[in-house]
Amino acid sequence: MMAAKSNFFNAEERTFRLSLSAIALILILILVGIFCTLLSASIPSIQASGWKFLFSSAWDPVTNDFGSLPFLVGTLLTSLLALLMVLPFSLAIGLFLGEYYTEGRVSQTFKSVIELLAGIPSVIYGFWGLFVLVPIIRSIETSVGVIPYGIGLFTASFVLAIMIMPYAVSITRQVITMVPRHLKEAAYSLGATRYEVIQKVVLPFSRSGIFAGILLALGRALGETMAVTMLIGNTHSIPHNIFAPANTMPSVIANEFTEAVGTIYTSALIEMALLLFIVTAIVNFIGRQIIKQFAYDDK
Amino acid sequence: MNGLFGERKREVINPNGVEVTGLLSSEMLKMAQYKENERMNKLQTKNVNCWYSDFHALRDINMEMKHNTVTALIGPSGCGKSTYLRIFNRMNDLIEGFRLEGEVLIDNKDIFAKDIRINELRKKVGMVFQKPNPFPKSIFENVAYGLRVNGVTHKKFIKETVERSLKQAALWEEVKDKLDKNALSLSGGQQQRLCIARAIAIEPSVVLMDEPTSALDPISSAKIEELIWELKAKYTILIVTHNMQQAARVSDKTAFFYLGELIEYDDTKTIFTNPKKEKTQNYITGRFG
Repeated sequence: MMAAKSNFFNAEERTFRLSLSAIALILILILVGIFCTLLSASIPSIQASGWKFLFSSAWDPVTNDFGSLPFLVGTLLTSLLALLMVLPFSLAIGLFLGEYYTEGRVSQTFKSVIELLAGIPSVIYGFWGLFVLVPIIRSIETSVGVIPYGIGLFTASFVLAIMIMPYAVSITRQVITMVPRHLKEAAYSLGATRYEVIQKVVLPFSRSGIFAGILLALGRALGETMAVTMLIGNTHSIPHNIFAPANTMPSVIANEFTEAVGTIYTSALIEMALLLFIVTAIVNFIGRQIIKQFAYDDK
Repeated sequence: MNGLFGERKREVINPNGVEVTGLLSSEMLKMAQYKENERMNKLQTKNVNCWYSDFHALRDINMEMKHNTVTALIGPSGCGKSTYLRIFNRMNDLIEGFRLEGEVLIDNKDIFAKDIRINELRKKVGMVFQKPNPFPKSIFENVAYGLRVNGVTHKKFIKETVERSLKQAALWEEVKDKLDKNALSLSGGQQQRLCIARAIAIEPSVVLMDEPTSALDPISSAKIEELIWELKAKYTILIVTHNMQQAARVSDKTAFFYLGELIEYDDTKTIFTNPKKEKTQNYITGRFG
């Protein structure tokens, strides 16, 4: 009787585990599926352009001459610029919430504000950028003496920075609260001031984690489409200064996919998507490796 | 202390029949200082009450500790002994919702007074924690840390201080050839002695120890106990311990805390052989806690 019962439970146990595994497997299939689709659909373009696709600045649907360099550069530049802008803020807010106001009403308020910021649809950021930011930047450009487009690399990066800030801030905050209390206490007990503790214990300890958080935010920035498309200027050339209009991979895909005629044109856009996929994956991978390292150091 | 001595020298010297006419010899100064120390309390709390938000952690604690003594704080978990220890370097201030009423005096000065700078106070009151907590830096840098925080840059001075502190902490012989190795490569007991060296490198006058041996093996614990006994000559030591034998071995005086109250405070010998309160008796004989 007992044996039968335990057999029954074993069978149940096994079916349950199998069904979980099957469902979990779907996730992997989706990832592999997307990659394979992108790869197979970009074969015509790969055959037509080869490595030139990565290094050429041409983008001519008439002669089927495609190169993704300006978009790759545009994507990386907007993202990096956004990161540079977001770094001081995420550090400051992360310290503020991770060191000074770890709990209580202040931190709750900030946490919900950050969540709300993360939840705003990107088209709204785009609109805000167009109607509020663009005029301001245009007047700055006039006073600096560059062509006052208003839209361009800088504007797009600025809005992008605001958009990825919630992610960077929440990771920075988490990493900072993870700094072991006993190390901070050791420093305090030796007469260190709060600033010295932050400078000599908290920041050195959380440096790699903060960096990883920033990289993950970069992963998001790379793929951001809507707001960037609205503000980048959509020019197929490598930007020559930070106010110049440019273009990014996601926005080219979004803008041109509907009007792409011909196998190679479509395929070139898909190849660009593949490239974006790979770049994002690499950035994410590096970020996770660093986080792993960080978690290890913690012990 | 010198300032205080200066104010009080007549009082101290005259009872011994010494005329205060010319310069005092250094011997006499030392003697006077010693007598002064004998008479005065190093640490004192008057009607101290503490709260963590709504939790009343310490109730009306009145205690005084003399210079160069070891005082053990014992009691069951959550009785307030660690809280009491940590008021002397104001470590509890780091905890949100902590509140204190009453007077906490070191060398007769209220350390919760408005003009006290907490980081200056902590330089005079060293602390050793329950879990050895060296920084993930070299052995040398760990001991030098307090000096550097205090803005000391003189290389030779730092080197000498590190050596002296490590010697005082009975660790020098074991680490003198690997000062640049990471402190985390040391054993637990060595790490704890390193933490003691780190605490005494900035020459505090009081050393607080919060269960310094609870994470260590018996041999390392014995070494630390021996060390505490030696450090007594230079420092006033307050030690929280769960180990009753340890309290009996290392301390001059013992205070028994229970539910935030000081139940009994007396010479260690008296506490362990002839306690006046029943609760103390029950606790030290292992009937509760």
